[in-house]
Amino acid sequence: MKETMTIPKDTLLSLYRTMVRIRRCEEQLARSYAAGTITGACHTYVGEEAVATGVCAHLRDDDAVFSTHRGHGHALAKGVPPRELVAELFGRATGCSGGRGGSMHLFSPEVGMMGTSGIVGPCILQATGAGYSFQLKETDQVGVAFFGDGAVSNGAFHEGLNMATIWDLPVLFVCENNMYATEVAFKDSARNTDVAGRAAGYGLHAEAVDGNDVVAVYEAASAAVARARQGGGPSLIECRTYRTRPHAEGMRDGGYRSQQEIDSWKARDPITAFSRRVVDDGAVTAADLQTIDDAIVAEITEAVAFATDSPWPDPATVADHIYGGVAS
Amino acid sequence: MSEREISYTEAAREALTAAMERDPTIFVLGEGIGERGGNFNTTLGLYERFGPRRLRDTPICERGFVGLCTGAAMTGTRPVVDFMFIDFILDSVGELTNQIAKIQYMSGGRLKMPVLLRGCVGIGGGAATHHSGSYYPLFLNVPGFRVVVPTTPYDAKGLMSTALRSDDPVLFLEHKSLLNVRGPVPEEEYQIPFGQAQVCRQGTTVTVVAIGPLVPKSLAACDTLAAEGISVEVIDPRTLAPLDLDTILTSVRKTGRLLVADESFGPCGVGAEIAAQVMAQGFDDLAAPVRRLNGVHTPTPYSPPLEAAVVPSMDQVAAAVRDLAAE
Repeated sequence: MKETMTIPKDTLLSLYRTMVRIRRCEEQLARSYAAGTITGACHTYVGEEAVATGVCAHLRDDDAVFSTHRGHGHALAKGVPPRELVAELFGRATGCSGGRGGSMHLFSPEVGMMGTSGIVGPCILQATGAGYSFQLKETDQVGVAFFGDGAVSNGAFHEGLNMATIWDLPVLFVCENNMYATEVAFKDSARNTDVAGRAAGYGLHAEAVDGNDVVAVYEAASAAVARARQGGGPSLIECRTYRTRPHAEGMRDGGYRSQQEIDSWKARDPITAFSRRVVDDGAVTAADLQTIDDAIVAEITEAVAFATDSPWPDPATVADHIYGGVAS
Repeated sequence: MSEREISYTEAAREALTAAMERDPTIFVLGEGIGERGGNFNTTLGLYERFGPRRLRDTPICERGFVGLCTGAAMTGTRPVVDFMFIDFILDSVGELTNQIAKIQYMSGGRLKMPVLLRGCVGIGGGAATHHSGSYYPLFLNVPGFRVVVPTTPYDAKGLMSTALRSDDPVLFLEHKSLLNVRGPVPEEEYQIPFGQAQVCRQGTTVTVVAIGPLVPKSLAACDTLAAEGISVEVIDPRTLAPLDLDTILTSVRKTGRLLVADESFGPCGVGAEIAAQVMAQGFDDLAAPVRRLNGVHTPTPYSPPLEAAVVPSMDQVAAAVRDLAAE
């Protein structure tokens, strides 16, 4: 694991808080799914928290994130309150998408969460388009795409990386290589599984990092985001990581990967590793982390209560917002 | 004061130019729309005026640049995709139907989707089957799109101007046979609201709702039919989504007979939809079943006699009207 001492204490605590927020929220969503409170799909981010956390730590509300079906962690790291995420999966009017989206369609443009998607690939193109907007408007905003190894052999990867590179767009592509597209192993769907190497072939900055090391992700993203803001063009970070729960809640998780493999990645849990390291370094105290743990437990408890008490959407609104109309 | 006459393409380009002058967030993407000025001169001269960022030549990756435009529209700019031939749009249908059409809804209206998607539609000139499609019934089936089919230079300018002010994705479909048609067009900017049909000729015996090139064909048949005692009312819907059903129902109330003439395919098409809506809301006004005249339901062949055989002709319009009037 990378050295932590160059990162200020407040930042270390903030990284820890975000990872724990994602973990506890996901564990709650899994329980709610098992209890039948969540009626639709629920893809958790457990095991991959360091990626969204390390990247989004460098983003402002006006930077635009485009995400995948496994997007709860991105939404939370970008600033969507847990109560709005939980309420969305509960199908309530107070959810971040007003109950229209569920797990795979999380929208909160107020904090730059421009949507998760049930289709693999489009987020790469949309982040490229955000970069196009920001370049045209001559701002220092950045477009960010999170996607998995499953998107890498999709045409959107080729077309998006190529356009971002030829036009020097301020975009960060973050590949969460968790080795499986649902249950198809990456090694079975690509001869070249070096995502960063492939990206470099398009002519953009690309590097691979340990996606379970939040400090490594944080530092790689720091350079990439700064490069984009300064007009240095797009970058790709391949974060090698693993989801330790099934593809989606309620699915079996056998046959395509071994328990031994799962256990080996659980032993590399990003939160456990980070907390041990920062305490051992003397950068923070165990009490600092405990304070955060307690606050997050309270926050998630409140989020569930909020979602449970929230109203259902009004069926009379079912066809609202299909069209925006013509500006006067 | 006599009005100047310009072509359909020039009229649409005037509206685009004025909008780009007014709104610095508008940019155009497409193949050969930069210095070349567009295969159909849609952007002629604009590159020199607005530069490469706003007139962006793309790689040949329709899915990619439509997806790019989705993200751009979500972040405060107003993309115009110039597909050249609209057939190329099919490579981007996933981005269109799953993303562009749904994002306003999924975001509860907090995101807008001001994307203009333009291209040349229709059969003619031996363009053959990969450069002759229309496809608009596909998009009429999906909630979220505006579908615009201008027929005259005047409408091309006014509807383009409206499209460039719309917060919704607009398909702006320009039929090949109309691009060089000239007509009177005011120099100043003006907008034609979506969902307002044009009654092109008044009549009392039969209503013909005609789409795109079938409007001039239907109008050309009217004098002959009038001499035979058949008075035809010709309606150009101008936009198919939204559709101005009221103007059609008002006409049918008068004539009792309706023909929908459209070069695009019949099954699940514009005529089928209009017929169903007129039966639902104007059944008692109908003196005869609603008729449709469509292009032949086939891929578009190349050879001139084969190509001519798939396109509805003026004579076929006249024959269909005569049949309907005789019912």
